Amino acid sequence: MKYLRKNDCIMLGFAIVLFAVLQGLITGRVLSSFWQLNLLIVGINIIMAVSLNLINGYTGQFSLGHAGFMAVGAYVGIVLTTNFHLPFAVALLAGGVAAGFLGFLIGIPTLRLRGDYLAIATLGLGEIIRVVIMNIDYVGGAAGFKGIPHHTNFAWVFFLMLFALFFIKNFVNSNHGRACLAIRENEIAAESMGVNTTKFKVMAFTIGAAFAGVAGGLFAHCFYLVSPNSFTFMQSFNYLIMVVMGGLGSITGSIAGAFVVTFISAALASWPEFRMIIYALALILLMFYRPQGLFGYMEVTNMGIFRKIFKKGGRN
Amino acid sequence: MEFTHQVLQQLVNGISLGSIYALIALGYTMIYGIIKLINFAHGDIYMVGAYIGFYAITQAHLSIVPALLISFVVTGILGMVVEKLAYKPLRHAPRISVLITAIGVSFFLEYTSMYFVSPTPRTFPAMFGDVAINIGGIVINGQQMLILGITAILMVILTYVVHKTKTGKAMRAASFDTETAQLMGIDSDRIISITFGIGSSLAAVAGVLVGVYYNSIDPLMGIMPGLKAFVAAVLGGIGILPGAVVGGLILGVVEAFVSGFVSSTFRDAAAFAILILVLLFKPTGIFGKNTKEKV
Amino acid sequence: MANELLKATDVSEVFGGLKAVSDFNFHINKGELIGLIGPNGAGKTTAFNLITGVYQPTTGDIKFDGKSIVGLKPYQITQRGIARTFQNIRLFSELSVLENVKIAFHFHVKYGLLESVFRMGRYFKEEERIEEEARKLLKIFHLEDKAEELAKNLPYGAQRRLEIARALAAKPKLLLLDEPAAGMNPQETKELMEMIAWIRKEFGLTILLIEHDMSLVMGICERIYVLEYGMIIAQGTPADIKNDPEVIRAYLGGEA
Repeated sequence: MKYLRKNDCIMLGFAIVLFAVLQGLITGRVLSSFWQLNLLIVGINIIMAVSLNLINGYTGQFSLGHAGFMAVGAYVGIVLTTNFHLPFAVALLAGGVAAGFLGFLIGIPTLRLRGDYLAIATLGLGEIIRVVIMNIDYVGGAAGFKGIPHHTNFAWVFFLMLFALFFIKNFVNSNHGRACLAIRENEIAAESMGVNTTKFKVMAFTIGAAFAGVAGGLFAHCFYLVSPNSFTFMQSFNYLIMVVMGGLGSITGSIAGAFVVTFISAALASWPEFRMIIYALALILLMFYRPQGLFGYMEVTNMGIFRKIFKKGGRN
Repeated sequence: MEFTHQVLQQLVNGISLGSIYALIALGYTMIYGIIKLINFAHGDIYMVGAYIGFYAITQAHLSIVPALLISFVVTGILGMVVEKLAYKPLRHAPRISVLITAIGVSFFLEYTSMYFVSPTPRTFPAMFGDVAINIGGIVINGQQMLILGITAILMVILTYVVHKTKTGKAMRAASFDTETAQLMGIDSDRIISITFGIGSSLAAVAGVLVGVYYNSIDPLMGIMPGLKAFVAAVLGGIGILPGAVVGGLILGVVEAFVSGFVSSTFRDAAAFAILILVLLFKPTGIFGKNTKEKV
Repeated sequence: MANELLKATDVSEVFGGLKAVSDFNFHINKGELIGLIGPNGAGKTTAFNLITGVYQPTTGDIKFDGKSIVGLKPYQITQRGIARTFQNIRLFSELSVLENVKIAFHFHVKYGLLESVFRMGRYFKEEERIEEEARKLLKIFHLEDKAEELAKNLPYGAQRRLEIARALAAKPKLLLLDEPAAGMNPQETKELMEMIAWIRKEFGLTILLIEHDMSLVMGICERIYVLEYGMIIAQGTPADIKNDPEVIRAYLGGEA
């Protein structure tokens, strides 16, 4: 137990140093505005990937509608800041709560489905959310919502990302998280060990959706205009790819996956078709040669190198 | 009688559109039936089929029937090649790996096509001019007649193949239980390959027909119809051939009514709403049977 | 009767017209070790699935501790105090042996969602407690050295023992064991049976055991029910059963 707490401190220290360095690079204008924006997007994508991992990787439920929850958070957020002039923090929180609540409502009926059926149902729900937004004139319909204040900065993204990472890491390493893992491993056995499987599936889904909502709020406030087309199921695929690439069931993996996918697409932005072809091939080859993703179930804090550097207390 | 008239006209439009969905859904349902894969690339196969038909008509100056045949054959081969290269190596991999691969294949087909044919939509040459029959004010135009005719012919052929030929029987056996079929001496790799071939060919025909119907094709045209065809397959009961046809027709009619009487922007939502309702109330679809996991 | 822990009255289960279990009447008293035997397909596992809520009986009633448990979900029945193992092992195979056991403490852990994500209050204390208890259980089943291994990497016999350890972690009053010795060699089987007898005393358990191996059931059970074609054809002490002509015909037939 002490070991766990020690790891937390090490990671927190590391994160603060990283933040100072990156913030320095931004303030000192070393990074161009293109890469600054991409740094924000990486952070947002990490929140998306890690929250999707809670659903798909840890609980073993196949969701393909994550972009829909992001859209809900984004639109709730921008309406509150732009039309009601509420503080950014309130807007983000409201977006997260709204997305989480919707996740809860949707989760109860749909999480009875398994595997492919759940995947396709969540995909459909994500699309329904998008089409509904497209038909609300109040938020600009298909043309998008204009005049969003530029509230998102690196500090917001970084610390909310850190919060999401710690929240989900702690959740997974608790009695609640173990229940989710049990569901992933064997639902019938989990149930017979006294785990209320519906409750924990819905819980994971709700938490995942809520973080996607917060990420949506952050995302929307990076731009002047946001349209429903930013939240198609292709985006949901993208987040799924980050999670699978990094490893279903590894937070370290989700971070790495978000990082790799975001930067490869940014680096190849000038060749859009090639970018997608390379991306597609990378995906297929990854499934051929390393289907468990880059990290599998591993976390950086469990790896040999990390232990060697920071070991003293050992386990327990 | 204005309203009844409109309803009947939308019904005609819906059945035409639904036939297209049915053709794509057949491939989806056959492939899912045999290897339990939601082949996300199936919609892109349909797109490739549309382009092959397009070039056969505009470059080789062929008429519609040979164009359909060429597209049918070439796309069928493409489907088999895709299966061999991308899915066969993953026969024993976890389902999610194959699904992700399918997404990869889908991207690959979309963007390599985009690279070669450019992202701008192409205009399919107009056919049939003003041919149309008018039954009491309800118009069935030439394109619709073509769609209905071709779809009907293909259904008859497919039914024959699946029920009367040796290969068709093997396909049904493999889809019922691949392992047992293998024990019975059925070469499942060959059957899977043929299934991909037939499914892809049917999708290609749908692609060409859509080009004729809407006059416009583009490299991303397959995404939505692909998903909707999957909805149609689920609606009818996945893995069941008549289910795919019925599901496709119902979906087409519902969409026609939603765009005709509500708003065309809600058309796409209608398909997914149907999907959710089916999954919640009868996940096995109209023709599906319930199964229970053995403990 | 205050002494009855489990009582099934006129229970039957029909699957699509086929009677898997019919007119099932039996009871288990507190502290007993009962055997349920019968040829393959006699409905033994179906009986377990009915008791644990995996299936709902078509007719009849099952009372546990005096209260009906019909209609409850499997997890609710486990929380009432019935835990089970599975004939076809169902471990959490990608998780460690220790985690497998910890999961079964699930509903005995007393901290909330906020306490776990913010690492407050009872979190550390509770986690330490279940870690300790889980390791204690592993020790009983000679698995303490393998606590960190993935369950799927355990040898077969050890997986069977882990299933029992995991079921015990749910702190049941009634333990259902579905062919716990299946696939074990005679030596392992003998050790397992001694272990079962020991844990019954140590934990004050009542045990219902499905078994194929007759000699084994005869050796440790106090009372035995014999199932054939979904019906109870005989019951009584091992000695009664051994001499019951019905049983000899149905079950022992070739072997006797």
